[in-house]
Amino acid sequence: MSVRGRIKDFWREQRLFEQRSLAASVVVCVLTLALFSRLVWLQVVQYDHYAELSQGNRVRTEPLPAPRGIIYDRNGTILAENRPAYQLELVPEQVRDLDATLRGLVEIGLFTPDDIDDARRIVRSSRPFDSVPIRLHLNDEEMARFAVHRFEFPGVDIRTRLARYYPQGELAVHALGHVGAISPADLERIDLGEYAGTSTIGKIGIEAAYENVLRGRSGAREILVNARGRSVDKVGALDAQLPVKEGKPGSDLYLTIDLEVQRAAEQAVLNQRAAIVAIDPNNGDVLALVSRPGFDPNLFARGLTRAEFASLNDNPNRPLFNRAVRGVYPPGSTIKPVVALAGLKHAVIAPTDSTFCSGGFSFPNSTHRFRDWRPKGHGNVDMVSAIAQSCDVYFYELANRLGVKRLGDFLGEFGLGQRTGIDIGGEKTGLVPSPEWKRSAFKSRRAQVWFPGETVIMGIGQGYVTSTPLQLAHMAGIVGMRGASFQPRLVRQFRDPTTRKVTPVAPKGLPAPDVGDAKNWDVAIAGMFAVTHGGTASRSAAGAPYSIAGKTGTAQVFSIAQNAKYDESTIGELMRDHAWFVAFAPVEAPKIAVAVLVENGRSGSGVAAPIARLIMDAYLLRKFPAANTTVTAVGDSTEE
Amino acid sequence: MLREEVDSPAQRTFARTVSVLGTFKLDGPLITGLALIAIFGQVVLYSATGGDPQAIVRGSLRLAIGVALMLMLAQTRPGMLRRWTPVLYAVGLVLLIVVDAIGYIGKGAQRWLDLGFVRFQPSEIMKLAVPMMCAWYLRERSLPPDWRTLLVVATIILAPTALTIAQPDLGTGLLILSSGAIVVLLAGLQVRVILALLAAGVGAAVVGWNFLHDYQRQRVLTFLDPQTDPLGAGYHIIQSTIAIGSGGLFGKGYLRGSQGQLEFLPERSTDFIFAVVGEELGLFGALLLILLYLFVVLRALFLASQMRDTYARLLSGSLAALFFVYVFINTGMVSGLLPVVGVPLPLVSYGGTSAVTMLAGFGMLMSLYANRKFAG
Repeated sequence: MSVRGRIKDFWREQRLFEQRSLAASVVVCVLTLALFSRLVWLQVVQYDHYAELSQGNRVRTEPLPAPRGIIYDRNGTILAENRPAYQLELVPEQVRDLDATLRGLVEIGLFTPDDIDDARRIVRSSRPFDSVPIRLHLNDEEMARFAVHRFEFPGVDIRTRLARYYPQGELAVHALGHVGAISPADLERIDLGEYAGTSTIGKIGIEAAYENVLRGRSGAREILVNARGRSVDKVGALDAQLPVKEGKPGSDLYLTIDLEVQRAAEQAVLNQRAAIVAIDPNNGDVLALVSRPGFDPNLFARGLTRAEFASLNDNPNRPLFNRAVRGVYPPGSTIKPVVALAGLKHAVIAPTDSTFCSGGFSFPNSTHRFRDWRPKGHGNVDMVSAIAQSCDVYFYELANRLGVKRLGDFLGEFGLGQRTGIDIGGEKTGLVPSPEWKRSAFKSRRAQVWFPGETVIMGIGQGYVTSTPLQLAHMAGIVGMRGASFQPRLVRQFRDPTTRKVTPVAPKGLPAPDVGDAKNWDVAIAGMFAVTHGGTASRSAAGAPYSIAGKTGTAQVFSIAQNAKYDESTIGELMRDHAWFVAFAPVEAPKIAVAVLVENGRSGSGVAAPIARLIMDAYLLRKFPAANTTVTAVGDSTEE
Repeated sequence: MLREEVDSPAQRTFARTVSVLGTFKLDGPLITGLALIAIFGQVVLYSATGGDPQAIVRGSLRLAIGVALMLMLAQTRPGMLRRWTPVLYAVGLVLLIVVDAIGYIGKGAQRWLDLGFVRFQPSEIMKLAVPMMCAWYLRERSLPPDWRTLLVVATIILAPTALTIAQPDLGTGLLILSSGAIVVLLAGLQVRVILALLAAGVGAAVVGWNFLHDYQRQRVLTFLDPQTDPLGAGYHIIQSTIAIGSGGLFGKGYLRGSQGQLEFLPERSTDFIFAVVGEELGLFGALLLILLYLFVVLRALFLASQMRDTYARLLSGSLAALFFVYVFINTGMVSGLLPVVGVPLPLVSYGGTSAVTMLAGFGMLMSLYANRKFAG
């Protein structure tokens, strides 16, 4: 090391330091300029971008769900309303690990492992900032449990929402339907935006058919949220004066159902497999629509477990099945008055023409005998007594004369084989068979042939012909009204919940059947009047202060071999005949038309007719049976 | 230049103030700059804590301690600081080793030394002790330093740096490293050596990568692309750039920054307080604060260049530069120019002991300036 190196040169070092501190100052200025440029970039050039991001951070759009319309019966009794309920909701964007969160909810017992998939699907299909309900109807104990664990579940919270409640329980469930949690299948057909803040959707019945009316329109408001997603009213000098988009509450509905009549009807068949439809034939108002067994719609509104659903769905009595509009049964003898009208219209028979009933009908050169329900026969019968006694042979003969085409077309004019157009979905058409139908329905050439015998049994409502209880009530009403026909309906008016303005629904008239001479109606009605006055259902009509016209019927569940005797004791319950009764009253100016079907009830006169009487008493006389009494069969044994 | 006649009360007051400051060995412009920053800081801090008056009380108390220490150090006699330098360095080094040992035994990160009545970070001492020690050592050597000198200085710097990074506290470790490096740069390290060291530094960084903790690596990776982890490590930087960017030219208004007030901005009152400035006061507010810092730094560098003693000017210059390094690293990090390292914004960020350290440094600087004529 040199000597010069060891001796400090103060002047040189001074100059060196000054250079270096000048350089440092320059570096400082340059870096400050770089920082300033960065700020200009962020705050001036990219301002719009960041302002938008900031707005997205602080504002959350919160839906204001519209209250669902309230459903009343025709007299203003509440059938469906909204009650506050507590539910668990999740905001997807605030949940870091959805699966872990859902598993955590299972651990604390608020979720079952089965629910995870559904919840995941619903969360995935939601907008990230929307609060999604993942578990409905928490009870107090569950709320307390969640409160303890809340901190473990960021993005999950308990919210109070209005939930659907059906105060009448099972009553009228098959007309009313129910709401249920929006399912993945629903998600594919609805616009989720319209369901903001709503977790349920009408699934079936009125609730589904009038979904768009009942739902209303969700509003929305923007709320100030902090980083943890909590809404805040005011913090610092920020306040929450943000825009609100008003929604519109759903419209209230007044059904045509008369709840008292409905209740009387349901109680009459409480523990049976049965369907009842009562219609006001003057306008198509459905006064009662019963399908038993039923179920509690609140189960669905609340969200039932898989096990609960399975037990309903697998129940052999099929409580979820709406027999009244979806059940198709052979109408049996209930269509005989209409078959009679067809004969009169086409002049193949006169009312007074007498037919001898020996207890069976055979084609010439055939050994096959179409049996009458009364083995020894009815002797000589004219049209009125044939209806009154439900003589099968008379109608075999008549159907044979009419032919399948004319008979089928005429039945169609009374609404058979087609939907009545009732304002709930899922209605079945039933079937009025024809040779054309048979050709398209069967594969084998042999099976496609239409046999004359098939026309013959069509005359007594057996064979391929099927109908729903709704169709038969509709049909009975048309007969009672001498052709005046109205589309059955369940909603009679809407009401705007804010203005209280009521909008009635006009009845929809349908074309009247062409029966030729209007006097022909008198014959058919006289026949049905005779049924309840000396005919098969006399006992059920006994003592009524108003006049009843009706028709019994039996729908064969399986056919009895030739020469065999129908013996109910030897066959299982589910193989027994279904019991039918259709009626209208008062005869002079009908106010109600009824169809009663009791599955495997065996006897139209013994089982179905007393039930119809009870319903007519309820509606016409406001006379109701004491609660919890069921109708027992009157003893007309096993006849029609 | 003195005038016979003082012709206005304002000038008279000014003259008297200057003379009082002189008596206490304080530099008027520097004190004014620091005071303005501190006031600005407390105003912003009130908003950044969500309007918590308690935070202002505690923050001011801490500042008061720093000011007291600054005033005290400003009064020290020349030579005194220099003589105590090796002792301070040695004590700091021992404490660092103790903290590391406790941390090693306790199997966890350890930065604090709990003395029962007070907890403090020995690494904080080192921020001052390292430049002091470097200046002390270089004072006796001829400058620019030769290789042997450099080796010794490197040891002085790297020992506490390594101990701090091992705690692990990467941010403070790098600050200690730069505090020493600045002294060497100011001492006149040749440009070719600087370039050689830079090259070596890049090499060391590659090797050092393997010794970094996962979270430290993550910080670097996240800095390179914050969007890769928007809810995790990138969250801080995304939210702070949103805060600054959405402030625009004039800001959203005092107490009206939604990012800060609604707590989207993490560490809003501590390391990320500059984002609150940018959001609520806009580009102009942020620029005002930056210019105040720039003024303080340039003034301090100017004062350093006026000193005759090598120890004095090396220490003063490095303190001035270090102050700027703090400001730049913090604002650079908050605005997304630099990776996220835990460096507070001097005199503005809430909590920590760094404000005290900074003020103590300025106290020493003013003492050295007051005694600038005494060449060692």
